[in-house]
Order: sequence, then C-alpha cells, then structure tokens
Amino acid sequence: MTTLHTHTASSDCQHLLSQLNDYADGELSAQLCQELEAHLAHCENCSIVLDTLHKTIYLVRHLNSTPPPHIPLSVENRLFAILDLQDFLDQGSD
Amino acid sequence: MSNLHIDFDLYPDEASLIQGLKKGDRHACACMLKKYAPRVYAIAIRMMRDQDEAEEVLQETFISACQHIQKFEGRSALGTWLHRIATNAALMRLRKQKNKKEVSLDAPLETFDGDDIPRQIEDWTYFPADLSLNSELRDVLEQAIRQLPDSLRTVFTLREIEGYNTAETAAMLNISVSAAKVRLHRARLQLRETLTPYFSERTGGQS
Repeated sequence: MTTLHTHTASSDCQHLLSQLNDYADGELSAQLCQELEAHLAHCENCSIVLDTLHKTIYLVRHLNSTPPPHIPLSVENRLFAILDLQDFLDQGSD
Repeated sequence: MSNLHIDFDLYPDEASLIQGLKKGDRHACACMLKKYAPRVYAIAIRMMRDQDEAEEVLQETFISACQHIQKFEGRSALGTWLHRIATNAALMRLRKQKNKKEVSLDAPLETFDGDDIPRQIEDWTYFPADLSLNSELRDVLEQAIRQLPDSLRTVFTLREIEGYNTAETAAMLNISVSAAKVRLHRARLQLRETLTPYFSERTGGQS
C-alpha cells in the first residue's frame, strides 16, 4: 500500500508551481523555462507534480477525443418531441 | 402514425445536411439531432452538473439552431456552431443561478495563492496504455470534472474540452485573460489532486 505524502512547498516550489500551467502548455518564456527545469532537476516533489499534471491534461484531451456516451432515450424522445420530430423516433433510435 | 426511418445517406456530407436544414427539411433536422445531440448533451451535463438543467440546455440549443440556421454561414463546422450555442445557453443559466455558493462567474482578477500548492505527491504508477477501452476511467474523470466549482469548471470546460483559446474563454465569461489562466491552472491542479488517489491506490496490485 502506498502512502500519500503531504507537499510542504518551499517558496521556490510555490513560485515555480504557479508557472507549471504555462510550462505544460509550452507558453513559458525561455528564461523561466530554464529556471523551472533547473528546479525540477533537484526537486522530486515538483517533478512528480509536473508529471501527474501532464497525465491529467493528457487524460482530459483523450476524453474529448472519444465519442460521448449515448444520450438517455427519454431525453432524446423529449428533444425530438419538442421539435415536432417524434415520427422519426423508434426505428431511428437505439 | 408510422415511424420514419432516419436515413443518413440522404445527407452524405455536412454541406448537404446544412442545405437540407436551410430548406426546412424535417429529415435533415432529425439527422442533425441524432448526430450532434449526444455531444451537446455531454457539454451540457459537464457545465450544469444537473440532468434537468442539462436537458433544458440541450433543447434550447437545438431550438435556437433551427431558428437561426439561415444565419449560419459555415465559417465553422456545424458541430462547433452547435457547441457554441450550447455553451452560451449553459453560461446564461449558470449566471442566473444567483443562489449558488461560490465565486461569481464574472469575478474580478484572481492571483495564485496558497490554495494552489499540491498536497498529494505520489507517482501515478497505474496508468493504462490503452485508454480507449477504459470506460471506468472516463467515469472517474467526468466525476472529477463535475466536482470542480462553477468558476473553475466553466473555464476548464471551455478551454480544455471545447478547445477555445484563453482569450476566447475569457471573453465568453467576461473575465480577464489572466483570470482565465489562473482558473485553468487551479482547475488542472484540483483535478490532479482528485485523480491522484485513483491512480496511486492501484499501485498495490489492483489493475
């Protein structure tokens, strides 16, 4: 079983973590990038945060690329009805 | 009354579907609903977190689309146009919910503060290679997004899921670009916090 650690961030960590978003999006200036990468090289906690943040972003983008679940049939029926299209339901539905 | 079969072959591409919609063809309208309603409903659910409210957004979106299809100039894909209508309808509803607890959607500039410090530092050693097969993961993620407060979830949904850029997102929410950036940052960090136990608990042998 793994233990979750509490991150006691130094002021360095706190300052650089506020830049992680721009870094993850490739929008951070070259100078700040250098500063952040130098910090990441010796701060394991921040490296883990960055890695898991990347994975979070990756997951969300993957979610967006997959088809959404089916719309509930009752919701679809009411949508067709409100547009007076209920005669297209049944065979056209699931 | 006999039921009509929805024949997608009647509109083999988007241009012919739009043409049918502009002519007031009911069959084209039924095709549009069948094709785009699931994605619009998914947006509405994410934004509203309430099935009844989401259904209202869904209906408003397609009623509005049918009413204004003549104005659709095809500068974007039909789906993108529908998503924007749905997003605007959802934002209007959220603004009306004055009794909601948190920060207003139009709150002034925010800055980074101590709330942004990550609390859970744990490698995600369980991370499936083939995400396409994992519906459980999809549910976990959707649930985590729904847990975000309105002010963060709206920015996150527009920026990260709907694909609007930061300036567009800020304009739609009447907030500054820097506030949109801060909220996106917070939303991502909060999601990371919410998801961390799910991925780290599986290091003990579950899969």
